[in-house]
Amino acid sequence: MSEKSMNKQPAEFAFDQESEQQIEKILAKYPAARKASAVIPLLYIVQNQMKRVTKSAWVPKVAMVVVAKRLEIAPVRVFEIATFYTMFNLEPIGQYHLQVCSTTPCWLRGSEDIVAACKKVTGIKEFGQTSEDGMFTLSEVECLGACANAPILQVDHDYYEDMTAESTIELIELLRKGEKPAHGPMIDRLNSAPVGKKITQNTGAEDVK
Amino acid sequence: MTKVIVDGIPIEVPNNASVLQACEAAGKEIPRFCYHDKLSVAGNCRMCMVEITGSRKPLVSSCSQPVMEGMQVTTDSETIRAARRSTMELLLINHPLDCPICDQGGECDLQDQAVGYGRDCSRFTDEKRAVVDKYMGPLVRTVMTRCIQCTRCIRFTNEIAGTAELGGIYRGTSLEITPFIEQGIKSELSGNLIDVCPVGALTSKPTAFHFRSWELKNTDSIDVTDAVGTNILLQVRGNEVMRILPRKNDDVNEEWLADKGRFSLDGLKRRRLDRPWIKKNGKLVEASWTETLQHVADKLKTVSSDRMGAIAGDLCDAESMLALKHLMNALGSSNVDCRQDNAYYDISQRGHYVFNTSIAGIDDADALLVIGSFPRQEAPVLNSRIRKRWLSLTEQFPIGYIGELPDDPTYKVDQLGETPELIAELIAGKHPFSEILKNAKRPMIILGHGAITRPDAKIIFEQTMALAKTVGAVTEEWNGFNILHHSAARVAGLDLGFVPQGQAKDIKAMVNGGVDVLWMLGADEVNLSALPAETFVIYQGHHGEKAASRADVILPGAAYTEKSGTYVNTEGRVQRSFAAICPPGEAKEEWAAIYAVAQLLAVDLPYHNIDSLRAYMAEINPVFAQLRLVQNVVDVNLGDNAQGNFEKQVLRAVISDYFLTNSISRASLTMNECSKLRYAVSAEAAE
Repeated sequence: MSEKSMNKQPAEFAFDQESEQQIEKILAKYPAARKASAVIPLLYIVQNQMKRVTKSAWVPKVAMVVVAKRLEIAPVRVFEIATFYTMFNLEPIGQYHLQVCSTTPCWLRGSEDIVAACKKVTGIKEFGQTSEDGMFTLSEVECLGACANAPILQVDHDYYEDMTAESTIELIELLRKGEKPAHGPMIDRLNSAPVGKKITQNTGAEDVK
Repeated sequence: MTKVIVDGIPIEVPNNASVLQACEAAGKEIPRFCYHDKLSVAGNCRMCMVEITGSRKPLVSSCSQPVMEGMQVTTDSETIRAARRSTMELLLINHPLDCPICDQGGECDLQDQAVGYGRDCSRFTDEKRAVVDKYMGPLVRTVMTRCIQCTRCIRFTNEIAGTAELGGIYRGTSLEITPFIEQGIKSELSGNLIDVCPVGALTSKPTAFHFRSWELKNTDSIDVTDAVGTNILLQVRGNEVMRILPRKNDDVNEEWLADKGRFSLDGLKRRRLDRPWIKKNGKLVEASWTETLQHVADKLKTVSSDRMGAIAGDLCDAESMLALKHLMNALGSSNVDCRQDNAYYDISQRGHYVFNTSIAGIDDADALLVIGSFPRQEAPVLNSRIRKRWLSLTEQFPIGYIGELPDDPTYKVDQLGETPELIAELIAGKHPFSEILKNAKRPMIILGHGAITRPDAKIIFEQTMALAKTVGAVTEEWNGFNILHHSAARVAGLDLGFVPQGQAKDIKAMVNGGVDVLWMLGADEVNLSALPAETFVIYQGHHGEKAASRADVILPGAAYTEKSGTYVNTEGRVQRSFAAICPPGEAKEEWAAIYAVAQLLAVDLPYHNIDSLRAYMAEINPVFAQLRLVQNVVDVNLGDNAQGNFEKQVLRAVISDYFLTNSISRASLTMNECSKLRYAVSAEAAE
């Protein structure tokens, strides 16, 4: 955590009602003596609440103290978890978190074009930076586990699949306007089914084009 | 027991031993960084690799491998050496080559093992990583780039100190050790982090760059800053104590030393009384020993025996207390008191004023009740033993607490209440905790000075004894009745009978004008505001504080590092320290000065040197003949239920500022800084 980001740390954090309802459900899953296990879900709840309230999904240090108190563990234990997993943002990020997969399958299917398109539209120079308007943060991530639909652009929690440079630019423009297009494949296919017409063992060879 | 063969040597080890422990038992040295025998096993440094015949893995980390019957272990082979060399090479990738300016140099595990397993050059051309240093308070200096991530410090704060302040953040090659909030370590045992760190990442801040480890000469001693009687090593260069380290003693302090004992040492060089002084025309002027001793003797001749008295402080050795008591008795006075805090003790039996269970005995207890004591500050090392027991019972060790909790005790306590009436409730069985105590096989009760320094101390003491009797805390096999002391001299004082007998005046009477000549032996914590101006005060001690400034005569004394002394810890364990250096200037061992005064008064004390004094001491009280052992008689006939009413006041811990409890620590700049930081922060938080 840099000096600069420390200045952005809020003075206090408290769970809102929506988060409290989620916490109640999460804690019900664990025996009372083992509630420390809920640290990762609770950190997600923090991050989601920050997104809801401040439009920036991140985990401030005060929130780690709040989580630690709720789970009756030392704050440093929460700090260890929050810094270990890259999915927790320890500094404020843009309103939309663009996460491009650049692992081999996505890279073979042209993830470099997606990265270039993201940089071009948002004006971001390097991974990890936030655009000047505060709308987007661009991150490079490892395999998202959806290689059949490579390349993938994950926006916050949603996968936008089968991306091209054009569809990337279109998506980001829409996000900037405040619209949130449906996630999933960006080309004509159902989930990870074959492109175009359905192919099964029973369909004849003539159906394949 | 399990039979294991280590390098062809058959050996028997306990069933739960690790291969590393078996190798050590066979006399084989296994290199290690992360393994520490008082901490949990982490198994992350990979240095302790050995070969086990028939194992699926070619190499096994011995610290985390349990022994099995008939296991054949090889501790040295070309494969093992190659593996250790590789481990060493990986550890050294990011380790800076700053040994010449590193305080750990000369006593560094990494340095030592690099001699055995290090390559003479590095194959790595990449840049080394650098880590920002973390702030861990005024005691622990950090150079985090040197850290090899053994996690001993994390495990120490988690397990022993119980403050869980340190953690490992980020991961892989970016892993860093850090406190969550950089406001300094809050544990009273933080100095031990320096000892557990195998490299120079955590070193002593107050003595940074003051010495190299090989310049120091060692002397065995006993810590006097609390009543645990921690075994310490005084490391000396020239005539200066440079460092204080704990000595290993599993019966007392294991391997730990509290911060006050470790870092008060700069107080030994400040505000010292190094020559005799006599007050002339209202002003203290320097004098010679001959003149001063004569002055004292002349003064003592002029007063009647019941108008003189002596008070002993918290740091006194048994020898000087015996000599002073002896001198007073010979002059016909029984006005002696070693209880600066007016504590109530029943000295009819030794078992009534010591920690009978013994510190090691805490490991066997199965329930605990603490009354008016906060062991974390009164005896930090003993507190870690309670925590150890609590952890070993997977946190199922019921601990009841009566009194106000000033801070986190580092284990979970059931706070029963804050007033002493609860003791009566527990006896009557009205409180659920009395069932827990009754059902426990080996219950412990700790009665602290927060309880026995109150006006209703006698009632609390007797009711607590009655409680111990009711719940069966004292039997033929087990003595669970404990008084926790925090002053190093107190038990010895009580053993020697340094308390007023019969009609003799106690400390309160003495400082309220009950005597005309008052001999204060290192008594710095006495409130002298009621002392009449005409009372003649002889102050004998090593630090110039309030009592010394009020004195009419000052006899400079030796601090605990400068004399060989006998101390009795809270358990009643008699321990002896050795002189590491000479007292400053003209200061003298206290007993010798008292002896000289006795000679001037033609009082014949039956000893003439320290050895005959000690022989005499053992005659007076045989406990002084047995060093290093706890020898408490189990007393099953506890006093009967006393009648009387408790005061309504809340039971409060007796120490309000951990760092400034005695004249040495009050003179220490380090301790003053610690105190300022600790208590200023909490004062702010309270607002």
